[in-house]
Amino acid sequence: MSTTTTPPPPKKVNHIGLDVVSYKGGKTTLCAGCGHNAISERIIEAFYDMGVQPWNVAKFSGIGCSSKSPAYFLSLSHGFNSVHGRMPSVATGAMLANRTIMGIGVTGDGDTASIGLGQFMHLLRRNLPMIYVIEDNGVYGLTKGQFSATADLGSKLKTGVINDLPPFDCCALALQWGATFVARSFSGDKRQLSAILKAAIAHNGLSLIDVISPCTTFNDHEGSTKSYSFMKDHDEPLHALDFVPYFDDISVEIADGEVRDVEMHDGSHLRIKKLGHDYDPTSKFAALSALDEAEKKGEVITGVLYVDTSKPNFYEMLHMDDAPLATLPESKTRPPKSVLDQAMEELR
Amino acid sequence: MSTIEVSPALPRIDESGHSVVNDFSIQVATVNGSGSQTANSVLMRSIFQMGIPVSGKNMFPSNIQGLPTWFTIRASKHGYIGRKKEIDFLVAMNPETAREDVMNLESGAAVVYDEPLKLNALRSDLHFYPAPFDKLVAPVCPEPKLRKLVRNMIYDGIVAYLLGIEMPEIHKALTKQFGPKKAKAAEMNWGACQAGYEFASQNLQKSDPCRVERMNSTAGKIIIDGNAACALGSMFAGVTVVTWYPITPSSSLVESLIGYLKRFRIDKATGKATYAVVQAEDELSAVGMVLGAGWAGARSMTATAGPGISLMAEFVGLGYYAEIPGVIFDVQRVGPSTGLPTRTMQGDLLSTALLSHGDTKHPMFFPCSPEECFSLSIEAFDFAEHFQTPVFVMVDLDLGMNNWMADAFEYPTKPIQRGKVLSAEDLEKLGGFGRYKDVDGDGIGYRTLPGTNHPNGAYFTRGSGHNAQAQYTEREDDYIQNVDRLSRKFEGMRAAVPAPVVEDNAKAKIGFVALGTSHYAVGESRDQLRSEFGIETSYLRLRAYPFNQELTDFIRRHERVYVVDQNRDGQLLALMRLEFPPEDIAKLRSLKYYGGLPLDARTVTDNVLKQEGR
Repeated sequence: MSTTTTPPPPKKVNHIGLDVVSYKGGKTTLCAGCGHNAISERIIEAFYDMGVQPWNVAKFSGIGCSSKSPAYFLSLSHGFNSVHGRMPSVATGAMLANRTIMGIGVTGDGDTASIGLGQFMHLLRRNLPMIYVIEDNGVYGLTKGQFSATADLGSKLKTGVINDLPPFDCCALALQWGATFVARSFSGDKRQLSAILKAAIAHNGLSLIDVISPCTTFNDHEGSTKSYSFMKDHDEPLHALDFVPYFDDISVEIADGEVRDVEMHDGSHLRIKKLGHDYDPTSKFAALSALDEAEKKGEVITGVLYVDTSKPNFYEMLHMDDAPLATLPESKTRPPKSVLDQAMEELR
Repeated sequence: MSTIEVSPALPRIDESGHSVVNDFSIQVATVNGSGSQTANSVLMRSIFQMGIPVSGKNMFPSNIQGLPTWFTIRASKHGYIGRKKEIDFLVAMNPETAREDVMNLESGAAVVYDEPLKLNALRSDLHFYPAPFDKLVAPVCPEPKLRKLVRNMIYDGIVAYLLGIEMPEIHKALTKQFGPKKAKAAEMNWGACQAGYEFASQNLQKSDPCRVERMNSTAGKIIIDGNAACALGSMFAGVTVVTWYPITPSSSLVESLIGYLKRFRIDKATGKATYAVVQAEDELSAVGMVLGAGWAGARSMTATAGPGISLMAEFVGLGYYAEIPGVIFDVQRVGPSTGLPTRTMQGDLLSTALLSHGDTKHPMFFPCSPEECFSLSIEAFDFAEHFQTPVFVMVDLDLGMNNWMADAFEYPTKPIQRGKVLSAEDLEKLGGFGRYKDVDGDGIGYRTLPGTNHPNGAYFTRGSGHNAQAQYTEREDDYIQNVDRLSRKFEGMRAAVPAPVVEDNAKAKIGFVALGTSHYAVGESRDQLRSEFGIETSYLRLRAYPFNQELTDFIRRHERVYVVDQNRDGQLLALMRLEFPPEDIAKLRSLKYYGGLPLDARTVTDNVLKQEGR
């Protein structure tokens, strides 16, 4: 385990009175140094800091190393390790059954960008209000080191095989497919990833977070573009991120022009500090253009690429009852006899 | 609207001196997309309204416009509503098929046809009724573009005259068919009916023996297709999450359900839906949503056909091992791919029973009628939640898409059963729970739903690798224990599934075992065997898989048992072979039909006679 560096929480309990242990999971069985473990730590931190009730959360995953990780955080939450690439449908069904639960899905680049591409697209289109984390290492880990569809052109496997196909950029695709929150981060960037996860928790819609998460066993060598050293040299944060949750004081003075505040659905604020150049995260065009430029320069831009807080989520589109469908009483789900009589009369 | 002044054709007799009353089949051969569906429904409904048992079967191509389609209406005073192979009365409207349609008729049949086709030149042993459809349609339909659609309604008027169908009943059926919003279209079509009737009364000389006579056998009954009946059943079962991907012949099940839900499941106080319907991107996603929703406590369902079932295989296996309720309607058809998607088949029995990889087996319900589509659908939702497993309701195209005469459905008397779900209060009392622990000895564990307001409510769901506490394990003993418990659960289903319907005949040495729509052909065939050949039979109609003791007893009471399958390989027989000892299997005979049309009685009778050496 290389993730023992989590700073102690500032308070013993969070604002709903739970300690950080209530947010932990089982012991990880992933490789030492795996980026995914750091992401699990950030998830634990973010849910703790935001004071999310753990038993009101449902965790979803598909198949692969990344998809094992929901067992390693939030053990007081229900979890569903589903089938390869089809986590989005399971999450969709579950959240339609109970719209009051908070959903978080963890998937990998194989799970999302290959076998699960279709479900990924349609999940974005539906704007299901859940957090969708891609633990992106460009390689199939659990089947021992084959290229995935996010592997960069020309990147090299340990065996010396060169990838001769261009990659899918899940963030660029998500922007096209209607995602309302798109971010890219690096498993090694604690501060940025924490802020992004908190903003995702606050977002009323689907939050797509593509996290470059190096695979120490199969894709962390010279020639890999998803390695720790590559990310160290090529990670270009778009901005510095801070997150002010709805239950904290927001009255800090902001120097004009330096900071952009995005108010989230729950009243929290995503505070975006300019780094060098101005970046407008409410412009889809700006996001696509920044991704395109970064690709040309061989850089990996990270940060919140796009956020739209105005789009209706899936429940709103379906005009669903506010109460969980799963537990509606019979009086609401079985129409009275008079309705059957009417239906029969129409068929006579 | 004017009323018809001419009186209907009076009872007539044919040359041999007898008339055939309320016991014949009419076949209408048309071109797909020509509006014939409306004309045919009106014809069927008006016979029904005259109190005569009737059935309608649509044999249509996988096409929207332009290919041949046949609609067969059978009137039967005996109440036989299965398909009848022999056509007594043909309405030949399709120039492409008219010749073959006429050549296939048995001697003595009647033919209404479009005059320019000159079909009367083909044979001399039929009753021919030519009518100039184009000439008749022009005055009643001034809009040339609409003539193609209205033209078919003319034959309703002609057939009404020739068979003695009362015109006010045609008018009533037409009005019902079009509804108040399309009154203008109804009027134009009524004009066409009248034109046909008037033409026939002035120009045609009735010479065939078929006619209808008012009866009182349909009072209180309804006409509905099986898919709509399943939809109603699902709504009254309290379904909350519906997912689907369009596929013939199941699409109309969900479309019908959507229609009912929009009308009857919007909460009056909030104006919001007490359900969610999602048209998924494919069947994999549709069933994934069913499982997600079932896991989180919804009553979830999807409807599909064989190709969809194939795609759902992996997820259904997960549903079996993770023990998640869900209802999957399979409206069976011939497949796969471009094949005969609009023809009926009981083709998914074997693959569905054992769907997915590993040791999987699934309960299936087999409704045979709209009444059972309704009641077994309701039962399926309770069953799925009680046993925490995917349940299949196996319909077929014949039942799902054709119109059937049925008794009005009975409102469910039992309250909705949600199975073993622990609440926060239960957890407070218990302190905790083991998701897959067999507390009650029935193999069924207790589950919790995500969002249960208790810190001890959570568990982690995955495939087969878990112990009683839902912890990850790959241990040999844990796995064996788990799958053995699943077997116990499956054994427990035998007594809980809808029981077979048994008609025992003490004099019978042979018996039938059948399911679903085979019922109609078997019932009629039993009468044929008795009245024509003096062969007594017993009959067991299966309503579910897994089988129970009643089937075993039935086999043992008889010398030979004919297992009826609407597929080439005898899939029901194969399922029985998996379970029964050799001495029972030795008594089983396979009776198969697999041509894509609804099974008919004569095929059954002929097959039995052949195998009985008669």
